[in-house]
Amino acid sequence: MAECDPALRIAAKPSNAHDSARLHVSGAAGYVDDGAEPIDMLHLAFGQSEEAHARIAHMDLSAVRAAQGVVAVFTAADIPGANDVSPVAKDDRLLADGEVMCVGQALFLVVATSQRAARQAARLARISYEPRAACLTIAEARASSSFIEPTQRMARGDARAALSAAAHRVSGGFDIGGQDHFYLEGQIAIATPGEDGQVHILSSTQHPSEIQHLVAAMLNLSSADVTVEVRRMGGAFGGKETQAALFAAAAALAAHLTGRPTKFRCDRDDDMIITGKRHDFRIDYDVGFDDQGHILGLQLRLASRCGATVDLSPAINDRAMFHVDNCYWLPDIEIVSERLKTHTVSNTAFRGFGGPQGMLAIERIMDEVAAFLGRDPLDVRISNLYGPGRNVTPYDMVVADNIAPEIIARLRREGRYDERAASIEAFNAGSAILKKAIALTPVKFGISFTTTHLNQAGALVHVYADGSIQINHGGTEMGQGLYIKVAQVVADVFAVPVSQVRITATRTDKVPNTSATAASSGADLNGMAAHNAAMTIRDRLTAFLAQTFACAESEVAFAADGVVAGKEKLSFADLARRAHMGRISLSATGYYATPGIAYDRSTHKGRPFYYFAYGAALAEVAVDILTGEHRVLAVDIVHDVGRSLNPAIDLGQIEGAFIQGQGWLTTEELMFDAKGRLLTHSPATYKIPTASDRPRHFRISLWQDENLEPTIHRSKAVGEPPFSLANCVFSAIGRAIAAISPEKRSLPPLNAPATPENILRAVRGYRD
Amino acid sequence: MTTEDFNRVSRRTILGASAAICAAPAATAAVPASAAKKPGAQGLLPVTLKVNGKHLHLDLDPRTTLLDALREHLRLTGTKKGCDHGQCGACTVIVEGRRINSCLTLAVMHDGESVTTIEGLGTPEKLHPMQKAFVVHDGYQCGYCTPGQICSAVAMLDEIAAGLPSHVTADLDKVRFSDAEVRERMSGNICRCAAYSNIVAAIRDVAEQDA
Ligand code: FES
Ligand code: FES
Repeated sequence: MAECDPALRIAAKPSNAHDSARLHVSGAAGYVDDGAEPIDMLHLAFGQSEEAHARIAHMDLSAVRAAQGVVAVFTAADIPGANDVSPVAKDDRLLADGEVMCVGQALFLVVATSQRAARQAARLARISYEPRAACLTIAEARASSSFIEPTQRMARGDARAALSAAAHRVSGGFDIGGQDHFYLEGQIAIATPGEDGQVHILSSTQHPSEIQHLVAAMLNLSSADVTVEVRRMGGAFGGKETQAALFAAAAALAAHLTGRPTKFRCDRDDDMIITGKRHDFRIDYDVGFDDQGHILGLQLRLASRCGATVDLSPAINDRAMFHVDNCYWLPDIEIVSERLKTHTVSNTAFRGFGGPQGMLAIERIMDEVAAFLGRDPLDVRISNLYGPGRNVTPYDMVVADNIAPEIIARLRREGRYDERAASIEAFNAGSAILKKAIALTPVKFGISFTTTHLNQAGALVHVYADGSIQINHGGTEMGQGLYIKVAQVVADVFAVPVSQVRITATRTDKVPNTSATAASSGADLNGMAAHNAAMTIRDRLTAFLAQTFACAESEVAFAADGVVAGKEKLSFADLARRAHMGRISLSATGYYATPGIAYDRSTHKGRPFYYFAYGAALAEVAVDILTGEHRVLAVDIVHDVGRSLNPAIDLGQIEGAFIQGQGWLTTEELMFDAKGRLLTHSPATYKIPTASDRPRHFRISLWQDENLEPTIHRSKAVGEPPFSLANCVFSAIGRAIAAISPEKRSLPPLNAPATPENILRAVRGYRD
Repeated sequence: MTTEDFNRVSRRTILGASAAICAAPAATAAVPASAAKKPGAQGLLPVTLKVNGKHLHLDLDPRTTLLDALREHLRLTGTKKGCDHGQCGACTVIVEGRRINSCLTLAVMHDGESVTTIEGLGTPEKLHPMQKAFVVHDGYQCGYCTPGQICSAVAMLDEIAAGLPSHVTADLDKVRFSDAEVRERMSGNICRCAAYSNIVAAIRDVAEQDA
């Protein structure tokens, strides 16, 4: 694929503020719930399953239908076409059909004059269930061999033989909890019936095309009859990649059947109960190593709770396997990945997409090896890094862009790791109850959708005769700054200020067949597609100018103070007007497909990623071993963003991802009861990091070397990679607990998240 | 000061005219708008609020939260609903000079009181200093918590100026601005995008301007 025009490669420029900055701060940025409601709009709520696994013997909905404000109640039987809201496997029902697979599953849809009326009425149903055996946990599902797909194996060499031959061998395991997205704007969709059976859907979704296709199949329409639109989301983090479809489809169904506009604004508690979360994992390992801590053989089992349906679990668990190596050379390795089917909500995409769990597993193993040998964990990490002659991943991809060693060295130096580690040791020697620790962990994150065909994008650029520019692309804006990054790319092509570029809402009728805005790929894919569209127009303008002013095309240049053609110079607006008069098309589509990637899932070998993004983080923590409380005292980060498209936005992404990762590993705990009911379904019981959880010392430096691959302006993706930087917090907490018995050569049995309860359990377990 | 009757222009009814124009196709128009059972007009309570300087009169179901009164009845949708339980801070507005989670209080409890929402602090063309500072420091990502953060921050600085201590105030006689005070006092406003560093920087900036 063509490299960006080298002439366009401008020196670092000041970061533009987010495209909606002034609107956000004045409350004028519109989200789905903010528009005026038509007088006849109807509101929706689901009747939800109270059983984890049961046959529905009978649904008596008479009281629901009779309730005040209720206009209609729909069940699976009312769906004209496919009763399916799944991304791949066709196994997610919009409304349950005979059987329920988890608590909270949608049974029926109440349509009423207000949200309150709909929700109140939904509680009046009398459902008789015939309960069936339910597996709720990883252990239960494993005991009954309940899987969503066959167990996958990724291997190289002979792990078993390497283990037996190794000088030292340790085995262990731990649990990693899930995570609720808690996008601040909950799930929401508005459907409006149009003429001749068409429907328009405003949805807070990362994947408008998928909703378009699902709704078309549900209503027996063609994709061309369904338009899905999203201007911005109030946060998503993966939680609106597949999960938005349920609400959008419900709204579309009700709009189609009643002929009236409908809104489904999901209540927060319902949202937390109904929608999928980050996968929780059980990790078990058997590792062999030499006296220096070089890992020689590793057998690793990753078991995850996928929930009731397939959703994106195969790809998420694949990504967990892809990230088990993190930055390390693991010569003989066997990874076994079990994808367990449970009668709980179907787990789904969440920033990192399985990668963080895979990386946390290997970081735990590094700590285990270091504890066994009594060596500094950072030294053990460094001795295992990829390097010349040892740079092939377990899936046979060559690590060509390895900058982890340099990043780690810089952070070690700038963060004064060794000095601080020594003074912490002295502190701990004199402190019985408060224990401190420091940990430095690296990140290497693979960039591309691992399902190869998803790595494509389209864009549409219009230049109007007054010189203003409008852009549209398949990517969605959820706060990550994608829109402004792409706008800047287009503005640079024409050398106009970014304020001349109007960014428009993502719509399936403008750019079709798009992939989800996910896998951190938004700017890589859509930026390049928009660049290609803009270049098409610029090439036409260049030819037009050369002809008009009888000069060579090489004498045409687009510059900030105007467009030069030979000896002539004119403003961009003037050029646009003349080109229009000269009957030059000023609109173009652009397309981009990531080159060079190919992956064979049957053998788990190939090059699934275009490139890697790197980083490293250093955390210092203090743990109170009597109460189990901890505090993250200081964090230093060096993170690779390539040649950043917008350093200010990238810094925000790194900080936000780190704190979200810190929440996942420390305070955010999902609890289900014995009947499979989620107990932590509101921020009262589910603890998200607040301003006071942000480490007091928090320093982030960007590593801004160009991407080795010719990505858009040689930048790198930044949405997900920094999430796993927070692994250092978990490592440091483990190390702080270990400080209660420095002579021990093992790790405390700490599970994630490191809540006070889990820390106390680990303290007790370590003492025994 | 003007008194307006907003009952007839609620968010629910404002598009009545255009809705009638795009009438649904006959085959699917199973349920005409008039068929829905509507609660009677009884039981409504009159409320007068001074919102962003304007006296507004509403007749409300007494169960209506201040948040719903603002969003649904007055079409002031800058104030966001994050959880509707008083746990996220997205709905923060300033009532009689104090910040308050508007989802956690009933509109009728504020009869006669003055309410400032994000729209009342400033507009995109004429931003309040706190709004400006949030732009300068990128104090948001998705923007959904932002109106609540800004209203909260404005009132929070007033609390410090008035000498109201917080959990982290060391000397109760000397309440001073500090980053620790800000982090503590702003911990009721969740930002899931975790733009906290920039939020604190923006607030510090305004506090220093004021000082
Ligand atoms: S909406 Fe009021 S605190 Fe969350
Ligand atoms: S900016 Fe997204 S929640 Fe704060």
